Amino acid sequence: MIKKTDISIMTWILIAFGIINIILLATGKLGFNAKGIGIITAVAITLAMYSFLYKDNPVFKIAENLFVGVAMGYSLIIIWFNILKPDVFEALIVPMFKDTEIGPQYSVIVPTLLGFFMFLRFSTKLSWLSRWSFAFIVGMGSGIAIPNFINAILLRQLEPMFAPLYTGSFWGTVNTILVLVGVVSVLFYFFFSMEHKGAIGGVSVVGVWFLMIAFGASFGYTVMARMSLLIGRMQFLLKDWLGIIQ
Amino acid sequence: MEKLLKIDRRIIFIFVALAVTIPLLFRFKMSVPPTRHVISMYDKIDSLSKDSHVLISFDYDPSSKEELQPMARALLHHCFKKDIKVIGMTLYPAGTGLADKAITEIGDEYGKRSGIDYVFLGFKAGSSLVILNMGEDIYTAFQKDFYGKKTAGMKALKGVSSLRDIDYAVNLTAGGIYEAWIVYGREKYNFDLGVGCTAVMGPEMYPFIQAKQLMGFLGGLKGAAEYETLVGHKDRAAAGMAPQSVVHVLVVCFILFGNFIYFTTGRKK
Repeated sequence: MIKKTDISIMTWILIAFGIINIILLATGKLGFNAKGIGIITAVAITLAMYSFLYKDNPVFKIAENLFVGVAMGYSLIIIWFNILKPDVFEALIVPMFKDTEIGPQYSVIVPTLLGFFMFLRFSTKLSWLSRWSFAFIVGMGSGIAIPNFINAILLRQLEPMFAPLYTGSFWGTVNTILVLVGVVSVLFYFFFSMEHKGAIGGVSVVGVWFLMIAFGASFGYTVMARMSLLIGRMQFLLKDWLGIIQ
Repeated sequence: MEKLLKIDRRIIFIFVALAVTIPLLFRFKMSVPPTRHVISMYDKIDSLSKDSHVLISFDYDPSSKEELQPMARALLHHCFKKDIKVIGMTLYPAGTGLADKAITEIGDEYGKRSGIDYVFLGFKAGSSLVILNMGEDIYTAFQKDFYGKKTAGMKALKGVSSLRDIDYAVNLTAGGIYEAWIVYGREKYNFDLGVGCTAVMGPEMYPFIQAKQLMGFLGGLKGAAEYETLVGHKDRAAAGMAPQSVVHVLVVCFILFGNFIYFTTGRKK
């Protein structure tokens, strides 16, 4: 339930936001044009999203749903203009009724129908047709993916493991030894057919240490990523909207 | 002391907001020394001759714009400065707007024209299949560019018939699409590939670098800042390094502080 204090905080923020924008528009720092209005809209939505940090609220929910709707609408338009219009409508439908340089491309019919069948999942009577599309996707996807992935991910990734330990430089050699110890010990840790006792237990403990260091590195990178997003938004607010920084 | 363990999370948010805002307002200079993998991407592009072809796949959407758009801009500055032909494309439908904006804005700065000095092919669905199709024939994969112009006979694509003719490809990615570029692109059609990705994905790239499947890697905002430094065109990413460093120190302090409080009070229970 929304408290009275929350409503008053929201009202004051809205008033402050309105006053700031009026000042920016009046002083000419923001143009009264598509770009200026676009920046104000983006700022409003940014602030609405960050309002979640205070607590969940209706303004955040509106902005969240708006994002989902806009993203979906934008994707649909892009798919129409980049795929359906040039590859289906202009390639197959238009030449059927109009004289064009190239005649109708009938080869488009099969993939278009298979695509259309996907939507028949919603029909109780015709949903069986969608299985044809899925069978095609799974069959073709597996056929393409399995040999290529085995080659590019498994075999090519194994190659460096068979490289000589001595690389010519001290630190390069240390690096390859670390990789070797890391791979072997982590594999031991995930070897569950034997009890982790004695030598196997010792090696798997080393594997745990390698895993912990990897998780730590991932967490560090994640912190960096999240902070980068915040920095980008703050740059937008301070530079593009308020014009405080150059 | 125990009260500190139950501190309101919003107080931490305020600290983080201040750690980001203050360094942005009172800029202090920070050197951004480029790292090995960033230098490797820079050197590769720098070694290309005039009219070579660099393909940039803008596989991200607005949710990762803050990290990847600066990378895209820095790469485009480098390519256009060297008169390299840029082939832009995206496998993310929501990435078209960002890619188009980056290419046209930077292109205009250098007086480059669409269709002659660069081409933006737009979006095509199917990710791995699009890559395979481009590997066979780029003109069947993209018969028209993003603006509806026919790609066949386009000056920007002169000498390019498939991915095999690309001198260097960079995948700017916010998801797992880089694997498709490695598996179906680089390994099958044998061209040099670099990746620019969000920092979250950074650790995933090292096995591919070690296996020499990637030539050059930009990781997150720092990677973008390093590339901006190398190109000599410091922009938003470089400006973001001061707040990034301050906020990292703050996070380390929080971790140390939290552990200290935990070991001195909480663990006794």
